[in-house]
Amino acid sequence: MKKAFREIFGGAVSLVTGMRITLDQFLKNFRKDHNVPYPHATLPIPERYRGHIIFTNDEAGKSTCIACKACEKACPSDCIFVDGLKKEGEKKKSATQFDLDFTKCSLCGACVEVCPTDALTYSKRYNLASTSKAAYAKIDLIKDLDTRMAKQRPQPQQPQENTPQ
Amino acid sequence: MLLTKEQALARSTHSVGGPNETFVLNLGPQHPATHGVLRVKLTMDGEFIQRAEPVCGYIHRMHEKMGENRNYTQFLPNTSRLDYLSAMQYTHAWVGVVEKACKIEVPERAEYIRVITSELNRIASHLVGWGAWVMDLGGFTPILYAFDDREKILDLMEHICGARLTFCYYRFGGVANDVDDVFVQGTKDFVPYMRERMKMYKKLVTENIILRKRIEGIGMISQDMCRRYGACGPVLRGSGINYDVRRAEPYSIYKRFDYEIPVYHECDSMARYLVRMDEIEQSLRIIEQAIAAMPEGPFVAPKVPKIVKVPAGDYTYATEAARGRFMIRLVSDGSDTPYRVKLRTPCLANLSLFEESSAGMLLPDALAFMGSLDLVIPDIDR
Amino acid sequence: MSHLLEILGQEPYWSFVRIGLFLVGVASFVGANAAYLVWCERKIAAYVQRRPGPMEVGPQGLLQPIADAFKLFAKQVLVPPGADALLFRLAPVLIMTAAMLSFVAIPYGAALSPTSIDLGLLAVFAFASINVMALMLGAWASRNKFAIISAARVVSQNIAYEIPMLLTIVTIVLMSGTMNLGEIVTKQGGWIWHWNIFQWQHNPLVVLSFLTFFICMLAETNRAPFDMAESESELVAGAFTEYAGMSFGVFFMAEYANIVIGCSLATVLFLGGWNLGLGSFLASVPAWAGALIGLGAFFAKLYALIFTVIWIRWTFPRTQFYGLLNLSWKILIPVSLVTLWVTSFLLKVI
Repeated sequence: MKKAFREIFGGAVSLVTGMRITLDQFLKNFRKDHNVPYPHATLPIPERYRGHIIFTNDEAGKSTCIACKACEKACPSDCIFVDGLKKEGEKKKSATQFDLDFTKCSLCGACVEVCPTDALTYSKRYNLASTSKAAYAKIDLIKDLDTRMAKQRPQPQQPQENTPQ
Repeated sequence: MLLTKEQALARSTHSVGGPNETFVLNLGPQHPATHGVLRVKLTMDGEFIQRAEPVCGYIHRMHEKMGENRNYTQFLPNTSRLDYLSAMQYTHAWVGVVEKACKIEVPERAEYIRVITSELNRIASHLVGWGAWVMDLGGFTPILYAFDDREKILDLMEHICGARLTFCYYRFGGVANDVDDVFVQGTKDFVPYMRERMKMYKKLVTENIILRKRIEGIGMISQDMCRRYGACGPVLRGSGINYDVRRAEPYSIYKRFDYEIPVYHECDSMARYLVRMDEIEQSLRIIEQAIAAMPEGPFVAPKVPKIVKVPAGDYTYATEAARGRFMIRLVSDGSDTPYRVKLRTPCLANLSLFEESSAGMLLPDALAFMGSLDLVIPDIDR
Repeated sequence: MSHLLEILGQEPYWSFVRIGLFLVGVASFVGANAAYLVWCERKIAAYVQRRPGPMEVGPQGLLQPIADAFKLFAKQVLVPPGADALLFRLAPVLIMTAAMLSFVAIPYGAALSPTSIDLGLLAVFAFASINVMALMLGAWASRNKFAIISAARVVSQNIAYEIPMLLTIVTIVLMSGTMNLGEIVTKQGGWIWHWNIFQWQHNPLVVLSFLTFFICMLAETNRAPFDMAESESELVAGAFTEYAGMSFGVFFMAEYANIVIGCSLATVLFLGGWNLGLGSFLASVPAWAGALIGLGAFFAKLYALIFTVIWIRWTFPRTQFYGLLNLSWKILIPVSLVTLWVTSFLLKVI
């Protein structure tokens, strides 16, 4: 009997304690807001963020890719296709085609780690969505680098990375 | 339609309105309480479960077969996709088995980083498991508090490895990137913060009479049943068996830290709940010690071959993942791809005892019990 | 025309006209109230969980309920194959009708009670039990296993909870000496300690009565932690699993209407209804101002209670079914019986 009453009383106390905690959290909202209203504001993307791969560029705005196909071999999902040839008057091969099938990519970063010339890096793009598979089945990294470089020339700041393609 | 006498008899006693009438209820593959694509075929007598038959395989992705087709480095990202909530420990098992086979020495600093990130990951995993379980029980608020804390862990992880869920952070002989002061400071700040939150969770959820009434004495798993089904992790420790891979077959540098293995003898869902809550506290202790003792030095072994070739043989390596013992058995024929990769996942073992244990339970109790097993479906199906 | 108005202004026609007017008023009030209670619920839930809640449609998401209503209206009402189409469609109508009729008996202000029924309290409870029947019909008619389980739960839950609730109400009726809701409120006029919840000299356990009533009200309206009917993590959506579009919306509106009725009753029975509790202050101001202040007081108490209901929902896990029955039979019924004995002893014997 005594035990039953203690249980009822203890239970009631635990319920009141729980309600006090949620009320406390409720009132905290009026003191400070710790939310980021996402589409209207975004958080900074960390430096090491692993987005899909893009080309890095040297001072001349060119890619350092030598089309060695190490990334193609390292890729666990077979989502990279590289083709290159040796142009006239150049010492090394350069890529003529570098396609990323982002529909298959698992963002593991094996390609970036294996690259001998550090020609690949991670982008900070995350707003990637499309209604058609074709939009991401073939991301042309060479074209992407060219457009970024073209954008960069008139305004020397960092390119806008967070906007969707 | 006219029925034969036998048919009419069969109907009257068996199917329609008879005293032994049962019906089949498909719980899943799309059901809010199964947290993924697990299907449980329930034979119900009213609201009592007569037989619960888990049907797995809806998210089978052939990870073991993939292991046979890829080389050792290429299999690394797969390991974070088994139990996506404790990706670090899973990757740890894979790098561990390869390092053991190739006799790669891991630098001190890398070991410390591994322990810290693994334990942080364990906390994050337990927080999700806890929050999702309380949500199964009908309390919606705790999961959002848990995600608030988990967010802090994920921010730290994202800072060092660039991903928030499928970390893929460990490499053969070390880790992918070195940690910096931001991470170290962030982790140091996180420990006291989390301890405060744990006090709040205790008051808000653990001591709540409604929750206690729902999970105390529900879902008994005896020690004998644990042994028969190979249960592991908090399920095992909630049944009073003191087994933790970190103690029983110590890997990495877990021997150096001072921590306890929480064990409860009640065998019910509440015991498993308390084991998880205590494990968060113990993980915080390990993190605290590890971050204080972390030496300077290289974060990856200097001489790791670019293409790893494991000498022919049969190797196993187990880690204590958040849900229990995760073991990889690797059979190598000496080439650059494994001959066979066997993944021994904790959730499959823990799910398999569901059928025996849930017989005769009420539906809501069975779901509370299922929550206490803390299942991650991709980990069951692989 | 003026002749017609004259006739309608006379008894007994005026009663009917007044009830009709109130029904129109109630229908619009119930709709708007349900829509905005959903908004309040979402906001409060969000704030409890440290989120901003609806923000996009209108300032602070204030137009969200309207957008939701449009969405629900645009959706088709699907009748599942094998369902009893008539009952399936009838159930939402039935539940809404019962909910709206209950509003008629509730006095909102001194001059603002739709009709003064001598057995108003009984009328409200008679309508409240239709609620259960409608839920059960809808669940049974939808031919869904989850819904059937839910229906069985709803019925036994409501049977278990009507007993302590009615016992509590008998206590209040003993204290007030009437079943007319308007008169119960009038009896609580004057100062704040004349409210029933402070009437310790008649019923020393009146706070327990209030708690019992409140808990039973939560269970009657199927609110968390007693939302056995819906229990979305177990039964998907319980009785509403097969309902889509506005037929689901009507169930939803009825749920909120029932909360309003439950909280109104708690206000009327325990918290003095429209009384401000400041002596003869209401009598000293002009009649129209008094009526407005009374209405304001009523709604302030009502929404404070509704806030508590929502706050409870977002704090606790759901009870287990037998836990709920245990609570009713082992705690609430004994408590309400003891209260009833004590009250009748104090009032009638001494």
